[in-house]
Amino acid sequence: MAAKTLTIDGQLVSAEEGQTVLDAARDAGIYIPTLCHLNGIQDIGACRLCLVEITGSPKLLPACVTKVQEGMEVQTSSDRLRRYRRMILELLLAERNHVCSVCVSNGHCELQTLAAEHGIDHVRFEYLSPRLEVDLSHRLFGMDHNRCILCTRCVRACWHVEGAGTKNVAGRGIQSRIISDLNQPWGQSETCTACGKCVAACPTGALFNRGATVAEMQRDRTRLEYIVTAREKSQWIV
Amino acid sequence: MLLADLIRIKEQELAGRKPFTLRVCMAAGCVSSNAEAVLAALDRAVKDAGLESQIEVRPVGCLRLCCEGPLVAADPDGKLYKKVRPEDAVSVVKALQGGPTSVRTGDMREPFFEKQFNIVLANSGLIDPERIESYIAADGYVALRNVLRDMSPADVISAITKSGLRGRGGAGYPTGLKWSTVAKTKSARKYVVCNGDEGDPGAFMDRSVLESDPHRVIEGMIIAGYAVGAQQGFIYVRAEYPLAIKRLQTALKQARQFGLLGSNVLESPFSFNIDIRIGAGAFVCGEETALMASIEGLRGNPRPRPPFPAESGLFGEPTLINNVETFANVAPIILQGPEWYASIGTEKSKGTKVFALAGKITRTGLIEVPMGIKLREIVEEIGGGAPEGAKIKAVQTGGPSGGCIPASELDTPVDYESLTKLGSIMGSGGMIVMDETTNMVDVARFFMDFCVDESCGKCIPCRAGTVQMHRLLTKILNRQATESDLKTLEDLCELVRSTSLCGLGQTAPNPVLSTLRFFRSEYIELLQPKSPSPECASTAEKKGEPADDKPVEGR
Ligand SMILES: Cc1cc2nc3c(=O)[nH]c(=O)nc-3n(C[C@H](O)[C@H](O)[C@H](O)COP(=O)(O)O)c2cc1C
Ligand code: SF4
Ligand code: SF4
Ligand code: FES
Repeated sequence: MAAKTLTIDGQLVSAEEGQTVLDAARDAGIYIPTLCHLNGIQDIGACRLCLVEITGSPKLLPACVTKVQEGMEVQTSSDRLRRYRRMILELLLAERNHVCSVCVSNGHCELQTLAAEHGIDHVRFEYLSPRLEVDLSHRLFGMDHNRCILCTRCVRACWHVEGAGTKNVAGRGIQSRIISDLNQPWGQSETCTACGKCVAACPTGALFNRGATVAEMQRDRTRLEYIVTAREKSQWIV
Repeated sequence: MLLADLIRIKEQELAGRKPFTLRVCMAAGCVSSNAEAVLAALDRAVKDAGLESQIEVRPVGCLRLCCEGPLVAADPDGKLYKKVRPEDAVSVVKALQGGPTSVRTGDMREPFFEKQFNIVLANSGLIDPERIESYIAADGYVALRNVLRDMSPADVISAITKSGLRGRGGAGYPTGLKWSTVAKTKSARKYVVCNGDEGDPGAFMDRSVLESDPHRVIEGMIIAGYAVGAQQGFIYVRAEYPLAIKRLQTALKQARQFGLLGSNVLESPFSFNIDIRIGAGAFVCGEETALMASIEGLRGNPRPRPPFPAESGLFGEPTLINNVETFANVAPIILQGPEWYASIGTEKSKGTKVFALAGKITRTGLIEVPMGIKLREIVEEIGGGAPEGAKIKAVQTGGPSGGCIPASELDTPVDYESLTKLGSIMGSGGMIVMDETTNMVDVARFFMDFCVDESCGKCIPCRAGTVQMHRLLTKILNRQATESDLKTLEDLCELVRSTSLCGLGQTAPNPVLSTLRFFRSEYIELLQPKSPSPECASTAEKKGEPADDKPVEGR
């Protein structure tokens, strides 16, 4: 594969053809915030946190799905980008009920970490405070819709890594919900294999192991990536 | 089927014409006000009078002056009968031979018609959309036959490029350039998709074209298929358009029977098929990547571009996607030449545009105007200005993605660039006229309400940002907002515009931005005084109407 040279934040970086700007930046030790991206699962460019400025492009482009090009000049953290990221995070915090102090993921949450990184000490938008349910029908796992940010990492892990196709999105816009099968209680799903990949993928406290209480929900993010890499490289075939 | 057959059908059809014709509008607008009964009554009246050899009663597509439907046009005297009831049938038939009639009449030389320019709608209201012979009699499929016999795919693309045609789906992308990009891709399988989703509130141009002249769109698609090297086409129509779907089904069946679709189109080596896909009526499914996901049977969510459909579209193959009206322009360009087409309109916007004219205006309906016409001519001459006693305040174009153009800018020519400069867009063709009684903040909220409902929810700025903008607009309308709320609203507009994934979110702030630009004072008037005493603030809160807002709980 041909190598490409580009500059990210003024730093010369070499990358492989077909790599994304996000991967190239991470390989070079440059941090770009992400939420809907998870190593090992297909990218969809939905959360818009990884937007970067690229010289010559009038539009901001999501680093997670933009492929590197020779001579590309990328800016990952201008004032404008930081302002936008902060607002996007505030929109998320106002959308559902993110009460960290009583959340299973307190201290291990990607949303919380990003909010802290962006210095969010208050939210300028009105809290929508919707009343959402908690699905505890599954033997092993729980889903708290109050914490869900609709990143669909669980859906993609379920479809593309496990291949079960249990998780899905129902409704649209602000009414979107993650559902199991045809909107049944999770515990009644006939397709769920109880593999737990969705739980491993979830960035917040929305999906958790039953029995986990406040701040106890830690996940092993490398497991999914490990499975995918093993599959791509056929590592289990002798 | 050969040229000789086309000519024979045309001659037969013309030979069958009778001295008098009554054309009855059978497009959705008139059908909904009982045109079917009018058609039946006219048929009966002609029979009862024993005039079957003299008078043809022909069901046709849209006669355009939709506000006066059901409409019946009479040939050769050019009279247009308005608001016809079934019981008027006898008097209309008598009037053909010079008798008096009690039905209100106008004629086709009214300013409403005189100022129009027909290309896309040339057959609309003249031919019977359910009979392919009627289309062939109007030189239908001759362009296709010329293309297959005399032109290479490259010739076709060069003709479309030279004509200057730009996409009528909203963004105005040069059609020839799009075709040549798809043609250049090396793939054994390619697709042509016709976008008939038309989800803008108040817009019905594409529906009318499909209902009035379905073969024109089909012919355009076949020519496109030949030009880009595709074998399969899809027409995506929303389920809310049952009549358009039915007429398309009929038209496709006839085209197959006549050898215009299927293997070896018109006995050439070129094969092409078209199938219909019915959408469930989500606005976002008009966005090209969402539309293609929907055709594939997936959730209709947009995806980031690149890759563009021309490179990787339907089922991952190169795909040409154009709007209904764009395809309807193809056959005339081939028949009358790209130079002719390029001579109409302005330097950068060629040809005509169909608009659905609505709102506070005397005459509403479907109009086709040359590009470059002034908004004032549309509003005052074609539309007849505001009804008595009213004064026009603004014209909204582009629906939820567009903006409000104030009356002071009515001399703006209608072309892609001029409308964009004013913070609106050409859009797909909705045009709503507003008078002095309209509150512009309310208008902005109406469109934001639409965007909240229609956002697919995939990306955060659009999903959550539109809701917050809607809340702020409501707060302003309830006189509960402060200057800092207005600032937040403007910040949100910028955010949602710059960071949303697809065109829906990117343009959702437009109605707010354009009303802020031209009618800012209306926002300011509604704001709370700068520093209300704590007492005042609390009474205002108590007295304030309950926020009329979207429930966020599961619906
Ligand atoms: C939210 C949204 C809705 C759209 N709806 C339509 C539509 O109803 N009809 C249409 O032709 N194009 C629609 N478009 C534009 C299409 O994505 C696409 O650009 C168009 O079909 C291309 O055809 P054209 O080049 O002939 O205009 C929409 C775009 C967006 C972002
Ligand atoms: S449940 Fe978790 S992984 Fe799934 S969409 Fe919600 S936040 Fe994302
Ligand atoms: S901008 Fe709106 S409609 Fe488009 S992808 Fe984002 S949420 Fe969906
Ligand atoms: S990580 Fe790229 S858009 Fe979410």
